[in-house]
Amino acid sequence: MREVAVIGVGLTKFGELWDKSFRQLIAEAGSKAILDAKIEGKDINALYIGSMSSGRFVDQEHIGALVAEVSGFSQLHIPATRVEGACASGGLAVREGYLSIASGINDIVVVGGVEKMNDVGGSEATEILATASDQEWEAFFGATFPGIYAMIATRHMHEYGTTKEQLAQVAVKNHANGAFNPYAQYQSPISLESVIRATTVAYPLGLLDCSPVSDGAASLVLCAAEKAKKYTDKPIKIIGSGQASDTLALHGRRDICTLDATVYAAKMAYKQANLTPKDIDFAEVHDCFTIGEICAIEDLGFVEKGKGGKAIDNKITTLDGSLPVNTSGGLKAKGHPVGATGVAQIVELTMQLRGDAGKRQVKDGKIGLAHNVGGSGATCVIHILEAM
Amino acid sequence: MKEGVARFWREIPQRYNFMGNKCGTCERVFFPPRESCPYCRRKSIGNMKEIKLTGKGEVVTYTIIHVGPDDFEEQTPYPIAIIKLEEGPQITAQIVDCPLDEVKIGMKVESTFRKIQQDGHTGAIYYGYKFHKCYNNK
Repeated sequence: MREVAVIGVGLTKFGELWDKSFRQLIAEAGSKAILDAKIEGKDINALYIGSMSSGRFVDQEHIGALVAEVSGFSQLHIPATRVEGACASGGLAVREGYLSIASGINDIVVVGGVEKMNDVGGSEATEILATASDQEWEAFFGATFPGIYAMIATRHMHEYGTTKEQLAQVAVKNHANGAFNPYAQYQSPISLESVIRATTVAYPLGLLDCSPVSDGAASLVLCAAEKAKKYTDKPIKIIGSGQASDTLALHGRRDICTLDATVYAAKMAYKQANLTPKDIDFAEVHDCFTIGEICAIEDLGFVEKGKGGKAIDNKITTLDGSLPVNTSGGLKAKGHPVGATGVAQIVELTMQLRGDAGKRQVKDGKIGLAHNVGGSGATCVIHILEAM
Repeated sequence: MKEGVARFWREIPQRYNFMGNKCGTCERVFFPPRESCPYCRRKSIGNMKEIKLTGKGEVVTYTIIHVGPDDFEEQTPYPIAIIKLEEGPQITAQIVDCPLDEVKIGMKVESTFRKIQQDGHTGAIYYGYKFHKCYNNK
């Protein structure tokens, strides 16, 4: 298998972008990544595009070819494939691009992730997101997507004594990080009290425990590592890639509080990179809800099961902690245009490893991990990156 | 939802009558019924037996939904729980006839046949199971 490196990154601002269309967003992120990598259209062997539900959000399927077209590549006839795994669609697109280079088939691919969620109303967006859960046996009975994560939180509080304050601290931390990210949807800190007092969405989760509805796109240029230096002085190598699946419904899982898909995907990625959780310097994890980040740091092996809340109390995961988590602001503050999220996580790791993260730059970060989840844990994809 | 009604009547044996199935090899029970047993896989094919579940179980976890989907909006706030049925499978369902602050992990519950949602004012009504506290505390 060949080694693969990130040689270019591109991001749009995340947020409620009323004046930008689906097409404009992905074209903007893609062209930024291509310019960053200093490649040309004719260098690109393939496109992989992650999008959860363009069909429901903007009534447009068949977006692989569409993205090639709006990026100006219709005359180059580049193979273009859309990849879907709910909120993990972006991470899966990264992995498909990675595998296609590792296999020796492609030398350079462009990966994109995009979601335009605000062209539908809030309640319709919520309904579309619920399609990531089991429609017949969860959503049919009135379970919402926040409700499913809320049930993880209730059980976590019951089994491990995790508190609403600890959940809220995740949001406070991620907003503090988002304040240093010019691409973030929310760039202002929030207080613990405002999170705890926010209106309840699904007990025990309040509005500020939830990631927002966002528009945005992200893009990467991946290249065979042996050729990467031709394009950039600072290629960032993907040293581990893992993916796993589990039951769509939360109630079908071995343990309500453990995302086994995370556990298995992490095992695969750590094994490939020949690393243990202790070797990870910083991480972007899937905090679609605050409980999601607590489960993530446990299931990735950073802390023992049940100690996630304590780790938040002990400030381990803050920007100046021993393991900064969600330096970008995470899904919570940076925003969560679902298909873009998994790609944007790799953009953040790359910026950090290049030393380009500005005020949110971590100190001595050599190895970063990205953790992207689909649904309530039915899909998980993990990548580990290191500066070359 | 505005769905074809076949999608709903197809699930009637499960949603009305709690029909699950059991692996003839390892005896594990599944609800909704599975085509094959995820533990025995090929050994279970053609060896899955239909069984009716009692609809009794215990709350494993729950939430109170305050912001519901449009079809459920008039019911908010309402509790949704994961229930471990006495035969083994876990399912997601609404808890009814119970003050919100009395819903607890470990609570013994049993199923009741209720209206779940309806397709607008003129569309089909969908029925299925919800759960209430066990009255005789068994």
